[in-house]
Amino acid sequence: MKLKLHIWRQKSTQDKGKMVTYEVDGIIEDMSFLEMLDVLNEKLILNEEEPVAFDHDCREGICGACSLTINGIPHGPEKETTICQLHMRHFKDGDEIYVEPFRARAFPVLRDLVTDRTAFDRIMQAGGFVSANTGGIPDANAIPISKKDADLAMDNAACIGCGACVAACKNASAMLFVSAKVAQYAYLPQGQTERKRRVLNMVAQMDREGFGNCTNYYECEAVCPKGISVASIALMNRDFLRASLSEEKALDR
Amino acid sequence: MAALVRFLTSSILSKIVMAATGLVLVLFLLGHMAGNLQMYLGQDAMNTYAETLQGLGGLLWVIRAALFIMLVLHVITSIKLKWENYNARPEQYAMRKYVRASLSSRTMIWTGIMIFLFVTYHLLHFTIHATNPAYGGLYDAMGRHDVYSMVVLGYSNVLISLVYIAAMILLAFHLFHAIESMFQTLGVNHEKYNPFIHGLSLTVASIIMVGFLSIPIGVLFGWIELPAGVIIL
Ligand code: SF4
Ligand code: FES
Repeated sequence: MKLKLHIWRQKSTQDKGKMVTYEVDGIIEDMSFLEMLDVLNEKLILNEEEPVAFDHDCREGICGACSLTINGIPHGPEKETTICQLHMRHFKDGDEIYVEPFRARAFPVLRDLVTDRTAFDRIMQAGGFVSANTGGIPDANAIPISKKDADLAMDNAACIGCGACVAACKNASAMLFVSAKVAQYAYLPQGQTERKRRVLNMVAQMDREGFGNCTNYYECEAVCPKGISVASIALMNRDFLRASLSEEKALDR
Repeated sequence: MAALVRFLTSSILSKIVMAATGLVLVLFLLGHMAGNLQMYLGQDAMNTYAETLQGLGGLLWVIRAALFIMLVLHVITSIKLKWENYNARPEQYAMRKYVRASLSSRTMIWTGIMIFLFVTYHLLHFTIHATNPAYGGLYDAMGRHDVYSMVVLGYSNVLISLVYIAAMILLAFHLFHAIESMFQTLGVNHEKYNPFIHGLSLTVASIIMVGFLSIPIGVLFGWIELPAGVIIL
């Protein structure tokens, strides 16, 4: 399979950056999208050109490192599929493909397609945890949790923190990610103690990072590789309102 | 206290302001529309209704002030949000595709701006009579301000009618996304009720549109006519 690729090249955060067109040949349909980029990079290296930098780690859809916008859709056209799990069989010979980074002010480009997504880590540090004393492992099922709540918590915990929701949002809003991280604890008894403080602190950090505001486009839900639902955003809005009106102090770290 | 300050400066509060002010404005639109439909009951009914509203005196001004504040808050907050959203993505995509976001949701700011301009014109036209001073001098047989004839005269101008019709279509387009969105922002999202909320959003937006539209259309097609004896200046 032969392809024409338009790829975003940017030397550093300060560099202006531009789209550059490449041709690759010999692509097999069983290759993943990242393997296709590997083929391109090998060719570039042989030509003594700078290879295209892109983020990746597990290549099995669970780590959240890969982060490419393909033809205007973060993680590409397949539903609930990370770009590392997208195979070339979804493309045709002769296709033109646009490859761009996840674009947002809060995710500055480090190089080419690699973005700095530590804003998400700082949001997690602001409240994405439960405080527990260490000690022996608690007995399984010592705390009863209904199947429904356990499922909902697990659905939200499936978020891999990739940032596609931000990249897809017209406003570069991080609401889907933050709400998944708020909701994964909100459904569990262990999450209740810090529930109010968590949502207040995480939303405050989210605002500080310079993400945009959610206007309910739901584009995030459509591209999320883990199928996180915008119902989590509604839960976060509810929790935030309740916590704001009842919590007397918001604890900053 | 710190939580309150944080609340007042948060992005989610801005959204809540949009939803809450929007809700009041939608309720106002429904009331306004119901009032307008009295055009079908004839000159007497319409003018009685208009006089009753005027008779509220001080209360009318309180309601007007409250609505004005809602509108201003809605507009100012939307500008703040738009500005922040615009800044949240300095570098645009070379290629952009939307999978889910509706056209109505993506054009809120534009439909909003056009509706705002329309409201300004509408107030100058029918409330302050700045564009048509003659409207102030219309009286019916009982000496009341003849709102009925004013509306018929206003809509007899095809161009003006078309402006009103276009504005109502834009309004409905704005409301398709707005009403549904309001529920989500206020935290109402439930599998069981989401289809109902979606239907409600479409229905209310359509009712408002059809209700308002029917009057200029009624005048243009001659279903609503000038009463005998009104002299067109
Ligand atoms: S919510 Fe979905 S799109 Fe957003 S960071 Fe989590 S997994 Fe990625
Ligand atoms: S590389 Fe780990 S999710 Fe894609």
